[in-house]
Amino acid sequence: MAEINTGGGGGKKGGGKVRSKKASTRVDMTPMVDLGFLLITFFILATTLSKPSSMTLNVPDKTKTEETEPIKASNVMTVFLGKDNQAHYIFGKAASEDPEVKTVSMGYDFRKAVMDNVAKVGGEKFVLVLKPTKESTYKNMVDVLDDMAVIKLKRYALVDELTPDEKALLKDKVKLII
Amino acid sequence: MTAMCDVAFLLLTFFILTAQFRSQDAATIETPSSISSIKVPDKDIMIISLDKTGKVYFGIDGQPTRIAMLENIASAKGISFTDKEKKEFSLLSNFGMPIAQLRSFLNLSNEQKGKLKQPGIPTDTTGAGPTNELKEWVYNARKANNNLRIALKGDNLAKFPGFKNVLATLQAQNINKFNLITGTEAPPAGWKAD
Repeated sequence: MAEINTGGGGGKKGGGKVRSKKASTRVDMTPMVDLGFLLITFFILATTLSKPSSMTLNVPDKTKTEETEPIKASNVMTVFLGKDNQAHYIFGKAASEDPEVKTVSMGYDFRKAVMDNVAKVGGEKFVLVLKPTKESTYKNMVDVLDDMAVIKLKRYALVDELTPDEKALLKDKVKLII
Repeated sequence: MTAMCDVAFLLLTFFILTAQFRSQDAATIETPSSISSIKVPDKDIMIISLDKTGKVYFGIDGQPTRIAMLENIASAKGISFTDKEKKEFSLLSNFGMPIAQLRSFLNLSNEQKGKLKQPGIPTDTTGAGPTNELKEWVYNARKANNNLRIALKGDNLAKFPGFKNVLATLQAQNINKFNLITGTEAPPAGWKAD
């Protein structure tokens, strides 16, 4: 099919009767097949096979204030996202009570720290508060939200404002100026 | 040989029919990945992109919707666009131009458009200030198509304040549910969705 046909169906040269040249019925397909493969290559490369996925983010309504029971600081882990893919967290104490600030790197270490703290409090009561600082990147934030999905932690909140206490704490303990 | 060519052309037909062309975007954005398995819808979607320098780009799907949105914003701002400019605008999958510079941008040739570094759509920290143009686009896009779903597409290296400004803009309009577009990654071994 894709081979080049050389020579038609012509007769011998010279001598004898002169016969009309018989045209070959086989068409040279090589260029067409070449083009076909070229197009295949192009379309394979140009199609996006993996469609992006999306995660849903719900944020609280700012216009409504709902009266809710205050959460005990002893059940709360507050995570501050710092620079260089580091997370600083305080656990069990409010920022004004001089808590210990621990620093972990994102990924496995962070997930382990969260799971340890979940185990300490006991599943249902645990609350994680995520506070990205201006040094952190969008990737860090998405990674933490994704980790929440991996750990299946339902009670977490994304808060974009740091309290003065927390700012002072981060400045003192981890030299992060915000 | 014949069989192989048949298969090859069958594949070719398949790829041609299923191909969806990547439209030219105003900026390249590398999204972080997540284990989420919700796919991004193709229709009725508004995508707010945030590139690594914190610039904001805006895009919605559907050419008629884009024109309707532009007309809404033009009448709100007291400017008018020619039919040619509207047509040009409807071809942009996303853009990051302030409204004041939009007209001159639309009159550029395609080549110049590609070369130009778009300054991004102005936002602010409160989400409702007079300089915030993103809120106008979001509002007028939703006016043009009521069913728009809102998706946010941020770059890995984008700093958090840029995201916070976009979030503030959306929250100021009482949009409290949206999607973050991410790449797909496999969940850890043994992980099962609830």
